[in-house]
Formats: sequence, structure tokens, C-alpha cells
Amino acid sequence: MENDIVELKYALDTFYFLMSGVLVMWMAAGFSMLEAGLVRSKNTTEILTKNVALYAIACCMYMVMGYSIMYGGTANLIMPDGWFGNSIANATTAEVLASGGDTYYAGASDFFFQVVFVATAMSIVSGAVAERMKLWAFLAFAVVMTGFIYPVQGVWSWGGGFLSETVGYSDYAGSGIVHLCGATAALSGVLFLGPRKGKYNSDGKVNAIPGANMPLAAIGMFILWMGWFGFNGGSELAVSSVESSNNVASVFVNTNAAAAGGLLAALGLAQLLYGKADLTMAVNGALAGLVAITADPLSATGGMATLIGAVGGIIVVLSVKFFDSIQIDDPVGAISVHGVVGLWGLVAVTINSDVTVLAQLTGAAVIFVWTFATSSIVWYLLKLSMGVRVSDEQEYEGVDVSECGIVAYPEFDSK
Amino acid sequence: MKLVTAIVKPFKLDEVREALGELGVTGVTVTEVKGFGRQKGHTELYRGAEYVVDFLPKVKVEVALADEMVDGAVEAITKAAQTGKIGDGKIFISTLEQVIRIRTGETGVEAV
Repeated sequence: MENDIVELKYALDTFYFLMSGVLVMWMAAGFSMLEAGLVRSKNTTEILTKNVALYAIACCMYMVMGYSIMYGGTANLIMPDGWFGNSIANATTAEVLASGGDTYYAGASDFFFQVVFVATAMSIVSGAVAERMKLWAFLAFAVVMTGFIYPVQGVWSWGGGFLSETVGYSDYAGSGIVHLCGATAALSGVLFLGPRKGKYNSDGKVNAIPGANMPLAAIGMFILWMGWFGFNGGSELAVSSVESSNNVASVFVNTNAAAAGGLLAALGLAQLLYGKADLTMAVNGALAGLVAITADPLSATGGMATLIGAVGGIIVVLSVKFFDSIQIDDPVGAISVHGVVGLWGLVAVTINSDVTVLAQLTGAAVIFVWTFATSSIVWYLLKLSMGVRVSDEQEYEGVDVSECGIVAYPEFDSK
Repeated sequence: MKLVTAIVKPFKLDEVREALGELGVTGVTVTEVKGFGRQKGHTELYRGAEYVVDFLPKVKVEVALADEMVDGAVEAITKAAQTGKIGDGKIFISTLEQVIRIRTGETGVEAV
């Protein structure tokens, strides 16, 4: 009987882990729709191609080397024994029983849950560099990002490295490790790429370039919101005890509350500042709330989580304005949502726990410096070799035609 | 005979059609058009940044009329399409040299 319970708990936790991973996988659809909605229709096919291809690249590169680096330790950088999926291993029944419940989920389910996180980090980059980057330059970057840059900073924290062990950095589901990392790579890419043509006048005036499809942006937000229950809820890693079930339930409540708080705060602030209820800001606000609570969706009360999300929503509206004022062109607001609010999320951890602000800022700084430095090297090499930006004429015609040869809406002939 | 061409706000089209119908106008032609007037379009906000809408959507209503009906029609259109705000539109009146009903071959006022 005792053994049956251990086996049952193992099965339940593994199942929960896998289904959480499925929800996170679905976030790829959310990013695709959000980005397709916020770019112009002439760049829709290309942004979708980027999104589907980056997901596949993330899966392949994490299999080849990323997982092995992130959870096998940095020694795996040089000794590729665990590469090509060789470090993915499930325990036998005897081993699980012998562990007395310490091994409580399948090794392969851990890989699956981790690989969809890498894809999320990479998805963040695609929106920021939208409408002007060469498709293959972006995909080449995705190879390095998902196989090397992300896993190396991951090993320092989730992989048991110095950030978690020595510094005391705490990041439950990845406000820093996933979101700040992705946003930092995006920021570096945007700096190498420059703004879209016509976004900024020479006198510094900012011109709006409205997104093509608000229904897609809205459904994208809801898909991400839903996927986030897997992102944060799954990061509890277990559900088969009263304690872990309680934790998962709290995480769900707080994740939902933070998104709601973020949405309302951003919507309200946009109305106050600009006189109109800007849907794109409301969407960014919900995602900002989610990013903000991701570093610690467990400790806060529901009310506190709503507030943490709301602060994220306020930050994102101001941050979008700030990046426009310094002419860093981010069509979907990814750097603001995932980077600036990711940093807020890391600091917000200290409100409900005894983690220090210094530890969080140290972790954020390490992630930022590493990701920014390595990304910049990769973008620079890509710029030298294949070029990162399409020609002015291609940008005017739309990258759908120049990069993919397929327009998204062939019945409507508009630029 | 005159051709009365009115450029009006799209949401006012139904009221214009009704007003003309009450006058006994037997036919109108309606086209969705875009353009600008003295304000040169207007600006909208997206994510805190302004963008200019150069050409605003309007509806063009064309009515061919016998001379004695022109004043009444102009008054009816003006009354129906007026909001008092910028962008209410304009009415142009031009002389019609000839009108032909294709089905019967009738010409002139008979064909209007």
C-alpha cells in the first residue's frame, strides 16, 4: 500500500508537470497572435514564421545542448556527454520506491517543462525586432540564444549555481531568468537594428505605427494569460500533497490577480495620460502584471498580488513612453513588459519574503550583463556577416513578400 | 436640371436618405469616399504617440433634380446632415445638361 501511494504521487506529479508544460507550450501561440496583431499587415507572415521557427529551434537546441548545460552544470560546456538529449533519464520503479518519494516526477517531464521556458524567452525577442529584421539573421540568433546564452545564465540560478547558492537570488518562475533575459537580448538586438522607417522624425517626434489586428492582440493576451498558469503553477513542481496543492492554488489565484491588476492599472493610466482607452496598453498591462508576479507568485496574498501586478501595469505604460523618447523602437512593448517589469518582479519578491533587494539586484545585473554582452557579440557578428536588417525598399514593401514570398491577407492589397 | 452632390458624415446617411425621400426624390447614388477639408484630417493616439489620419471617411450622395426641387433638397440635406461640429461636409450644385432613362429612352425632366 505504501508503495502504491509513492507510485501514485509520482504519476500525479509527473502528469501535473507535463500538463503545465503543455500550457507553457501554448504560450508560443499567444506570442504569435499578440505579435501578429501589433505589427502591420504587410509583416504578418514573417512574424508568424519567426514564431513557429523559433519554437522549433528552441526545442532542438535545448535538446542538443541547452538542457545539459543548464542542469548538468557548466562542465557540460566542454564535455558534451549529456548532449543530444543524453542527460534526459527517467528513474525506474525500484529507484523511485527506494528514494522514498524524493524522486517524484519523471526526468523526461522535467526536460519538457524546461524546454518550453526557453521558447518563451526567445519569443520575447521576436516582437521587439519585428518588421525590419532579416528572418534568417533572427533564426541564427535563436540558435545561440536557446542553445547557449539562456542555459548558461540558467545554470547560475535554477541549475544550482552561484546566484541561488551564494548570492541568495530568488526567482520562482523566471521574472529574471526567462523574462529579463529575453528582454535583454531583445534590447541588444534593437540597438543593432535601429528603429523602423518613419517611427521617429529627425526632430525627435514619435510617430505611431498602429498594429493591424486588435482581435489577434486580444486573443494573444488571453492565451498568454492562460499559459501563465502553467508557467507559474507548474513551477511549484508538485501537486500531490496538501501543501503543494495549496501552494499551486495560491499561485493560480495570485497569477490571475496580478494580470487583472496590471490590465486595469495600464488601461486607467493610458486613459488619464492620453485621453483614450488604448487596448494595446491594456494588453501590455495584463502581461506586465503576469511578469511582475512570476518571480514570487506564492508568498503574496491575493490583494498584494493584485497590487504587484498593478504596479507592473503602471510601469509598463511609462516604460513604453520612455523607450520611445530615447528612440528605442519596440513595436510590441516587449522590452518594457518583460525587461523593466521583470526587474520590478524581482524586487517585489522582497516584499513578501526575507530575500534582500541587494541579492535580487545582483541577480538581475548578472543576467543583464551576461545576456547583453553575449547577445551583442552575436548580433554584431550577424551584422558583419549576413546583415541583420532588410533594405529600405523591402521594409516599405513589407517583409512578408521579401522574406517569405507570402502575404498574410492576399485579398487585401494595402501597404 | 441640377446635380446635387453632398459629402456628409457616414452616420448621417440614413437621415439624409429619409429627408430626401419625404421630399419625393425618386433616386440617389451613394458612394463611400475619403478626403480632407480645412482641418487636413485629424490626429489619433496609439500607444501614446500621435498619428495623422490624412483622409477621413465620408459618404457622397448624388441626386439629380428638376430645378424647382433643388432648394428644398439642399435644405433637407443640410438639416439632416448637420451636427454643428467640424467635418459636417459640403453640398455642391452643378448644372445637368441632359438626363436619359436607359430603359425607355426618355430624356430631360421626364427621366429624372
